[in-house]
Amino acid sequence: MPDMSVTLSGLTLTNPIIPASGTFGFGYEFADLYDINVLGSLSMKGTTKAPRFGNPTPRIAEIPDGLINSVGLQNPGVEKVISEELPKLRQVYSKPVLANISGFSVDEFVECAKRFDEAQGVGILEINISCPNVHGGGMSFGTDPKAAAAVTEAVKKAVKKPVYVKLTPNVTDITVIAKAVEAAGADGVCLINTLLGMRIDLKRRRPVIANKMGGMSGPCLLPLALRMVYQVYETVNIPIIGMGGVASAEDVVEMMLAGASAVEVGAANLVDPFACKRIIEALPETMKKYNIEKLKDIIGGAH
Amino acid sequence: MKEVNYTVLTNEQIAPDTYKMTLSGDTHAITRPGQFVNFHIQGLYLRRPISVCRREENTLTIVYKVVGKGTGALSKMTGGEVLNALSGLGNGFDTAKSGDRPVLIAGGVGTPPMVQLCKDLREQGKQVTVCLGFRSDQDVILVDELEAMGAEVRIATEDGSRGTRGFVTNILPENATYFYACGPEPMLKAVYKATNMDGELSFEERMGCGFGACMGCTCKTKYGNKRICKDGPVLTKGEVIFDA
Repeated sequence: MPDMSVTLSGLTLTNPIIPASGTFGFGYEFADLYDINVLGSLSMKGTTKAPRFGNPTPRIAEIPDGLINSVGLQNPGVEKVISEELPKLRQVYSKPVLANISGFSVDEFVECAKRFDEAQGVGILEINISCPNVHGGGMSFGTDPKAAAAVTEAVKKAVKKPVYVKLTPNVTDITVIAKAVEAAGADGVCLINTLLGMRIDLKRRRPVIANKMGGMSGPCLLPLALRMVYQVYETVNIPIIGMGGVASAEDVVEMMLAGASAVEVGAANLVDPFACKRIIEALPETMKKYNIEKLKDIIGGAH
Repeated sequence: MKEVNYTVLTNEQIAPDTYKMTLSGDTHAITRPGQFVNFHIQGLYLRRPISVCRREENTLTIVYKVVGKGTGALSKMTGGEVLNALSGLGNGFDTAKSGDRPVLIAGGVGTPPMVQLCKDLREQGKQVTVCLGFRSDQDVILVDELEAMGAEVRIATEDGSRGTRGFVTNILPENATYFYACGPEPMLKAVYKATNMDGELSFEERMGCGFGACMGCTCKTKYGNKRICKDGPVLTKGEVIFDA
């Protein structure tokens, strides 16, 4: 068995595969299908301080080789996630997870992060400053280097666990935001979140999605994500969790060559619930094919 | 839920834009009428949820209307082709609640899941009335199958070309014990208002995954948020909230 382990801020993962937030719920739907302990880690459904219903339906639209979603951060709120969802997840998954945190003010981010900082089983705080779905929400933090830095700094001051900031691709130059959050103390960055898009229903002559716009994900985004991970790798010295359209072991290798220390898999889970398991099982063969002994040796190898 | 590769046996047009497909493959994950399967269709990213019309040992029957790319591609498939599916999704109808004289109410392509439901209820010895609403005579489907099971079938068409002119709510029996409904949302709302008995309604929504992971199809109920794909598609009359 080749060495697939990777390290994120002192946390060792047996392999780099992490289901992305919002595509894996809190794990149970998948735990019914396979032993999810094969996963390197997993990123929980995005959580806010207060419970949220999210956006009206339709929330989903198809695009060539991907989808648009506008779920709008539906979640039961941080207290319920910690008291109910996390303990249930701990019964089916024994490794540290990523808590994905969203907020509508710096204070909300901080309060939510503090609660997860105390929670058992949470290894990394993934700060989502980029969700494009919520009016007046995350978008402004993720597209403005000053706001992104302000959230990062405030959260860092309040917690002990590693803080990874999840970046939006809906900006002119993602390296500016990456540099800003690194300077503000981020332990790592995650990219990319979904890319803002739209479909229009020809019969109704209206956007398919009730909220009009939503975030695109799926294999169509892989080249965009690779380009941004590559650029950010040249800009910062903190680890990158790469994501965007990853659907195979080859995609994982490509993402790591671009500069990712670990890789999140998102949309693929929705069309193939076994996607992460299949990728992990295919990794050894893929490593052999490309003469990779230790997966961590190839991080940034394309530079 | 189970991943199954089904092989197409037959695929024939039974009404304008409406097709009946039979497939062979493992049907054990389908445990209740009203459940659905989510097909992967070559060239399309998202799976396509289609309700189960009949579930037999190793044979699955679906009846679907061509409404877009996915169902369009389905309609062109021929015997021997393979369809990957996530099988046995959703909660389905609860036949235990039916009482002695349930009424099954459906509109258009809401009719297919009523076939398996009718079969199960008839096997339990229930006296079943099926009330179906269609746009016109040419759209009427599955009546022979339902009658062959020993159900009383009543039909309403909007243009009056068959059965009673009007809507399905015009032909409901008076002494039913419980209702099961499937159809477009305006019909479900009308049924909800027109009935004074308890019942269950099957809803439709654009889905992402179809198995509860993405929260793409969430609706509000009197007892909290529910995912149409996983906690539904069948909701009880007691929990449904219709927008004003």
